[in-house]
Amino acid sequence: MADQEEQNMIDIYVMGRRYRVPEGLTIMTALEYAGYKYVRGCGCRGGFCGACSTVYRKEDDYKLKMDLACQTAVEDGMFLVQLPFVPALREAYEIEDVDPGEKDNVLLDLYPEIARCVSCNTCSKACPQDIEVMDYVQAALRGDVERTAKLSFDCLHCGLCSIRCPADIKHYHLAQLARRLKGRYLDLDSSELEKRIKELEEGIYTEEYEEMLKMTIDELKKCYEERKFEEEG
Amino acid sequence: MEDGYPDHMRKSIEKVEKTRSERVGKTFERMGAEESEEVLNRFHPDYREEGKKELVVGPSKGEKAPVELAQLLHSPSLIDPDEVDLSQIDHDVDILIIGGGGAGTVAALWAVKEGISPENILLATKLRHGDSNSMMAQGGIQAADKEIDSPIQHYLDAIGGGHFTNDEALLKALTEDAPKIMKWHEELGVMYDRDKDGDFVELPGGGTSRYRLHSAGDYTGMEIMRVLRDEFRNKDIPVLEFAPAVELLTDGNGEVTGALLMNLETNEYYVVRAKSTIMATGGFGRLHIQSYPTTNHYGATADGLVMGYRAGVPLRDMDSVQYHPTGAAHPDQVVGLLVTEKVRSLGAQPVNVDGEMFVNPLEPRDVEAAAIIRECYGREKGVTTPTGMKGVWLDSPLIDELEGEGTIEDRLPAMVRQYKRFGIDMTKDPILVFPTLHYQNGGLVINPDGSTPVKGLFASGEVSGGIHGKNRLMGNSLLDFNVFGRRAGMAAAKRAQKAGSPAKLSLEHIDKHTEDLEKAGIDTKDTSPRLLPEYRGKKVLERHLDISVTL
Repeated sequence: MADQEEQNMIDIYVMGRRYRVPEGLTIMTALEYAGYKYVRGCGCRGGFCGACSTVYRKEDDYKLKMDLACQTAVEDGMFLVQLPFVPALREAYEIEDVDPGEKDNVLLDLYPEIARCVSCNTCSKACPQDIEVMDYVQAALRGDVERTAKLSFDCLHCGLCSIRCPADIKHYHLAQLARRLKGRYLDLDSSELEKRIKELEEGIYTEEYEEMLKMTIDELKKCYEERKFEEEG
Repeated sequence: MEDGYPDHMRKSIEKVEKTRSERVGKTFERMGAEESEEVLNRFHPDYREEGKKELVVGPSKGEKAPVELAQLLHSPSLIDPDEVDLSQIDHDVDILIIGGGGAGTVAALWAVKEGISPENILLATKLRHGDSNSMMAQGGIQAADKEIDSPIQHYLDAIGGGHFTNDEALLKALTEDAPKIMKWHEELGVMYDRDKDGDFVELPGGGTSRYRLHSAGDYTGMEIMRVLRDEFRNKDIPVLEFAPAVELLTDGNGEVTGALLMNLETNEYYVVRAKSTIMATGGFGRLHIQSYPTTNHYGATADGLVMGYRAGVPLRDMDSVQYHPTGAAHPDQVVGLLVTEKVRSLGAQPVNVDGEMFVNPLEPRDVEAAAIIRECYGREKGVTTPTGMKGVWLDSPLIDELEGEGTIEDRLPAMVRQYKRFGIDMTKDPILVFPTLHYQNGGLVINPDGSTPVKGLFASGEVSGGIHGKNRLMGNSLLDFNVFGRRAGMAAAKRAQKAGSPAKLSLEHIDKHTEDLEKAGIDTKDTSPRLLPEYRGKKVLERHLDISVTL
């Protein structure tokens, strides 16, 4: 491949060992280029699953940086460590029994360690999705389920926040609970859906389905072509 | 921020900029029927006969499948039955679920609801629980719950979209169960977008005649999947991660009785005996059919098709594959990810390496995809990326020229943000696109209750076929794994409650497969299931020693 030769090559270090790789690859594809085959640390490869959390340092920088390996380009002089997912303890619960309207603070009940938050903001800094993690922990502490759910919505459960937390907070489990509480208890139920389900139970579509299933392909095609679209009114 | 485009791409962008003013307000003529036909025949991957191969062994012998899949179906098993001791059972369960994406997780939850005790279920998955295409779905989930809509209308949209090839009973189940699934999600606490009265905010999708797409921001699949997984964890259902199934086990008489799993890190095998086994392994995007990039996750390597087929389940509609015309082609971080059709609807034109228009931006999806492929590989007018991919420009800055500055940021904020991360400002520079492999339309044959024609084996989700016929509509796959995961979970539970423990575990069907391959004169070094795709550098693999070193 002609273009491959024109490319700039850069040095990266995997667990201290140097590899020369083409510029422009992600941390994930650079490691593969170097000869690594992932078993752990690789999932959707598109920034949705949080499997590829990675920690790195640059040559002249003492700071540890964190990101997703599939969403970060390699840079010259990167020192890389692949980070297998570290599971944090999670509290089991029955969704039927945790109505926030009936309790003082469900979030605090299940995750009391949020009271230990020292507001260091390390969690927010570690988040590859730029979520204001510390802010939602504070909201949870106040019992604000709505805000906790909304602020945490883009969470991929990569776990980088919890790995860095000095107070042992399980941020992403806490946030998951808050979102489910919002979805189940704070959001109003759909009355349209309720009505449709009743209709289905009454069997009002049974006959129409039967007719539809009996149709020949030509009859179906005709029905399909004659459909009226909602936007046409 | 560094420039996200290397020099040679930058040079091509200069050409695009030069022709931009001439192109404003102009459009490329739509293809006539004849040219459409020709470009599809010559360039659409589904129409390339050399891309398909006739199957010579197994229950669908004589039917065609993509070459890459046929290669796996025509390969000997990864394991040698003589090296496996099936007399030591490691897990003896009521229900074994293979695959930890949407379908498998839903099946487990409904098996518990049906009365199976959680400890009598085992979910085995190749990567982590939740690693799946389900997690990556952005758009939404279809369900007919508005007054103006009906399950019948949903059925009609889907059967037309599937070119009238769908299995009618499966499609009835899909559309009829959809509102029930939404109700279940409501009870579980899935955070759907709603209006002030609590009703769902619904959007139209390609081919839908009603606004029927329910979403949760741009993260619909992730939101559904993480809630399902959370509920699964509440129920304390046993999970084995990094433990893919490598073959099913049978009683030697055509009935599935469990599976052989493998620890991906130690290569140790585990024997599982199960009264019911549910295949929920997802699709085949990572086979990169005809070398296409894909929107799929790392583990989508058709394992379930391979194992199910060997156990005797026929395949259907394997000859059709869903490609989206505009996947991202650069930078590497986003290759294969979807670039929404909306970019073209707003006025962006596809142009080639010299900045010339070559296709109307809004041809039907298959035609649009074929025209982009023709430009890159038929006319050699594509742009090559640093990783060796080809693509054409989607001239996004045109949108602001046409509709006024700020339109792109306003209407496509998530995309703008995604590209900015890699030093590309799509309001100023065009973006590179190429069709991307999106979905396996066909799969294992199933009945409406999720059972397969093979006793003891159930299947649901992308691994199964028939629901979508030869083309799936947007928003029906999230629905599919919920509807059929539930049905398979319930039916597997009912079977397990009636059946005694299977008397026999064997790999006789694998011996038969080996014989069939010999009879067909097939000799290959490949083995299957593949488990993981191969992305290691060529230089490394050329010097790779195939030995294992003990610690």
